[in-house]
Amino acid sequence: MNLSMKWLKDFVDIDVSPTEFAEKMTMSGSKVEKYTVEGESLNRIVVGKVLTIEPHPNADKLVVCKVDVGAEEPVQIVTGAKNLAVNDIVPVALDGSTLADGTKIKKSKLRGVESCGMMCSLIELGLSVNDFPHAVEDGIFVLDEQNYSLGQDIREVIGIDDVTVEFEITPNRADCLSVIGLAREVAATFDKNLRLHMPEVKICNNDSDNADLSVTVAEKSLCPFYSARVVRNVKIAPSPRFIRERLRAVGVRSINNIVDITNYVMLEYGQPMHAFDLRRIDDGQITVRKATKGEVIVTLDGVERELSENNLVIADTQKPIALAGVMGGEFSSVSGDTTEILLEAAIFDPIAVRKASKEQNLRTDSSFRFEKGLDKNNCIPALNRACELIELLDAGEVCSQTFVVDNTDSQVTKIPFDPDFINRFLNINLSSDEMISILSKVECKVVNDEVIVPSFRPDLKIKNDIAEEIARFYGYNNIASTPLRGSHYGKYTDRQRFDQKINATMGALGASEITTYSFVSPREYDKILLPDDHLLRKSIVISNPLGEDTSLMRTTAVVSMLGVLSSNYSHKNETAQLFEIAREYIPIENSDLPAENHKLIAGFYGLNVDFLQVKGICENLLDNLFIRDYDFVACSDVTYFHPGRCAKVCCNNTILGYVAEVHPAVLENYGIGTRAYIIELNVDKLFASANFDITYKLIPKFASVNRDLALICDKSTPVGELKKTIEKSAGSLLENVAIFDVYEGEQIPKGKKSVAVNISLQSESSTLTEEQINSAIKKIIKALEAQSITLRS
Amino acid sequence: MQTQLKNIKVEAEKEIELAKTPKDIEDIRVKYLGKKGALTAILKQMGSLSNDDRPIIGQMANEIRDYISGKIDAGMKKIKKAKLDEQLSSEKIDVTLPGVCKPLGHKHPLNIVLDEVKEIFVGMGFDIVDGPEIETDYYNFEALNMLKHHPARDTQDTFYIDENTLLRTQTSCVQIRTMESSEPPIRMISPGRVYRSDAVDATHSPVFHQVEGLVVDRGITFSDLKGTLETFFQALYGQGCVIRLRPHHFPYTEPSAEVDVQCFSCGGHGCRLCKNEGWIEILGCGMVHPVVLKNCGIDPKIYSGFAFGVGLERIAMRRYNINDMRLFYENDVRFLNQF
Repeated sequence: MNLSMKWLKDFVDIDVSPTEFAEKMTMSGSKVEKYTVEGESLNRIVVGKVLTIEPHPNADKLVVCKVDVGAEEPVQIVTGAKNLAVNDIVPVALDGSTLADGTKIKKSKLRGVESCGMMCSLIELGLSVNDFPHAVEDGIFVLDEQNYSLGQDIREVIGIDDVTVEFEITPNRADCLSVIGLAREVAATFDKNLRLHMPEVKICNNDSDNADLSVTVAEKSLCPFYSARVVRNVKIAPSPRFIRERLRAVGVRSINNIVDITNYVMLEYGQPMHAFDLRRIDDGQITVRKATKGEVIVTLDGVERELSENNLVIADTQKPIALAGVMGGEFSSVSGDTTEILLEAAIFDPIAVRKASKEQNLRTDSSFRFEKGLDKNNCIPALNRACELIELLDAGEVCSQTFVVDNTDSQVTKIPFDPDFINRFLNINLSSDEMISILSKVECKVVNDEVIVPSFRPDLKIKNDIAEEIARFYGYNNIASTPLRGSHYGKYTDRQRFDQKINATMGALGASEITTYSFVSPREYDKILLPDDHLLRKSIVISNPLGEDTSLMRTTAVVSMLGVLSSNYSHKNETAQLFEIAREYIPIENSDLPAENHKLIAGFYGLNVDFLQVKGICENLLDNLFIRDYDFVACSDVTYFHPGRCAKVCCNNTILGYVAEVHPAVLENYGIGTRAYIIELNVDKLFASANFDITYKLIPKFASVNRDLALICDKSTPVGELKKTIEKSAGSLLENVAIFDVYEGEQIPKGKKSVAVNISLQSESSTLTEEQINSAIKKIIKALEAQSITLRS
Repeated sequence: MQTQLKNIKVEAEKEIELAKTPKDIEDIRVKYLGKKGALTAILKQMGSLSNDDRPIIGQMANEIRDYISGKIDAGMKKIKKAKLDEQLSSEKIDVTLPGVCKPLGHKHPLNIVLDEVKEIFVGMGFDIVDGPEIETDYYNFEALNMLKHHPARDTQDTFYIDENTLLRTQTSCVQIRTMESSEPPIRMISPGRVYRSDAVDATHSPVFHQVEGLVVDRGITFSDLKGTLETFFQALYGQGCVIRLRPHHFPYTEPSAEVDVQCFSCGGHGCRLCKNEGWIEILGCGMVHPVVLKNCGIDPKIYSGFAFGVGLERIAMRRYNINDMRLFYENDVRFLNQF
């Protein structure tokens, strides 16, 4: 909402700097976004009078003028303008002046003749013909002002010296979308009197013969109040300067006197108005009704709109003539030859207007106000104000009859006045008289311990609302600050600490944390080679996405990681080691909400990265999370992983996830030109598998004994199985089994490999004897031999 | 015998002088002081001396033994030191050579800031509560006093799944769930991702992070809200941090306020960073609307509370002077490695 300070001064005497105004208004709850001083950039542009116009000696298209700018000597200005006559009053940009766009004007020679400035067009002053309809667009702006003195600052003379303040008005304060509403806040903030004006209509046309006109409201709940008035002998003309100036200041284009008046009143009162050309209302019958399906209206913006049964329209006997509260129809709008109008001020249901505005994708100053809820008591004053202005401008003859259809119940809101509650709630100490005085500033009266809420403040409903009114004028920042009382401890949950531990461990293992969008493109599923009927393709779909690329809630965060690896690769980053605890959104049948699973996804490519390195990171992590008895099992059924380089991570019959090299075809789809690896672990399952019960075990008193075995087995035998065989067969003395070398080649039979194992044995109760050691090793060898694994001779 | 002793002394001294290794010294000890050593041999003959000579020779032999023993210890020390010196000088390395580093991972800047925020609130007695990102219209809007077609919904452009399901636009829904399922006193923050259908640019992202807080108890006042926020911002930005509250409107709080932090760059005088306002808008807050409490089964006649919400990206962008929100979500390692 833009406010003209000149306009504001009609209602409240205020004389503070724009900075102070903005600061105080912001702190009392009307947030000032910014303010602009009109014509601020204009400098040294004055009023001048053309004394002589002579031909230019060296140029046919230029003339040389002497212009009186109130100085001792007239200035000489060369111009190419055609619309100039002797005695014209013009804006003169003197030597060293600045135009609206910041251009500096300096003395110069034009074709050998000195020119000491420039006469300005509207554009050079930052104006348009809408602001001064008598002027021309592409020539010098010749003033028609009567009150000026030569040499006077042009801004004062043509009235571009207003200050416009832009407010951010919250949706609960529709009353502040008006000059009067803001004036009320200004008066309360600066402790000034609010000077309200009662519009007076003289009624020039006593012809009350409006029998040919009728107003019917078919949708009483959607249009609780409708008022209208006829004006005859309308003379469409440009608006006078004060209207044009004020509209310009707040950014509204001046059209003609009638349209401008409806806009002016909307801005001043906050009540949208509409003027219909009476000729266009068939049979003179106005009906407020719902549109019928398929009904069509061409709105003022020239767009043909198909209406639905939800749309409320103003209609005559034949057709809709306005989309209620949103925009009028083009056909019934005021035009240059309009002679009779019907002025409308009504209240439409906020939700209906909001729906229509959304449905038609049409937001207007009018719908913006209606959808916040307006005060029906404002309609008649607004209507009268419009009529008053019509009379003031001599734009037509107002008829005496006011059509009113009122289906509202005029209940006044009363809220218990509870100073004790307010003092306690805000932790302040005001007497009830002090509170009553604050409330009176915003026109809330206290009668019999009740606050009587004015009808323009529907946002005031409960005690808290009254507390806020007190607080904002008492000053939020004058209220003390107190610490929270009571003993309440804060604590991370086990799960939160678990996640923190994952993050810390992954960081220590060299992976950096990433943050990715949760939505993905459906094409991602193609890129990871999911078959058409794969479960992961069943995603939650956003009905109004920004684009197809962000339309699905991901069912696997692997695609997000691949995307990040890909963009790093394309940026020529040599190495990337990344991870994220990411959510995956899995639809659940017959449930409103999906499951949101937490996945740890780590992705790697680059220097010193291979499968075993990445698997090592995974093992380190699992160990550090106190997950025991996990197992890696070869796995070839994940479409996006290399079928020969993928291990399922299992723990007690649960699949925790995978460690794998990315499938080469997937790498190609993501434009990653190097091997890449992924760890994918379900954090919810990790947490369930972790065992945090740590009990200290005595540090062994007796040294352990190590034996190395060189074994020969089939090339295809997984080392993991070999290791398991040893673990199972060694007996209670076994402390650890470590594989330290795997060798194929010379000296090893074809199809076989040699595996070097270090076995460490220990007893808690004694130093091991040779006998004990040999017996354990024998058991191991026997078990291995049963699997065709033999000692290397 | 006296001559013999004197000779031993002289010879031993000479040999010690010449010794080069700890073994040489050890050999000398054995040669003179050992069980079969020269001096020991003489001492063994003491019995054959006259009563007059015995104390004189005895004393002399003891003196010489102590003397040699002392020389041997000193000689040993000298040799060890020389050896150590030699070792140390030969082992000199160029300590300016680069160290061998293991790659370390970096925390995401948003999480650095988030962890700090969490820590401050945990320290103030708040719990941290998580909740679903895909929510029902009820939890995201209606329970928060924003019925369907409430104009305030416009300020939160929403991604919908269907009419009743959406991507949460704030984490207040977690607070509603918490209030429904627990009794006051409640002190909680709910950090997390939120979604708004804003096109991506330097200052907008369809996904961003919020931390929302809620306190509900008997006798919670507007003063407590102010005090809590002041403590939070001083913990985050330093003791000198100044905040101000401005009246505002949210459907779920009454009274409501927006909180500005005095610009750190100019101290409130106005500069480019704060767009000449001297203040930077950072947080929204207010006293929980009685309707919201009632919706969650909490009696507003007995309890009151306050709530607040702050955007994480904004804090992180200010802290690290990051000018483009997209950087957080692009995850370029050249960006990540800076934190």
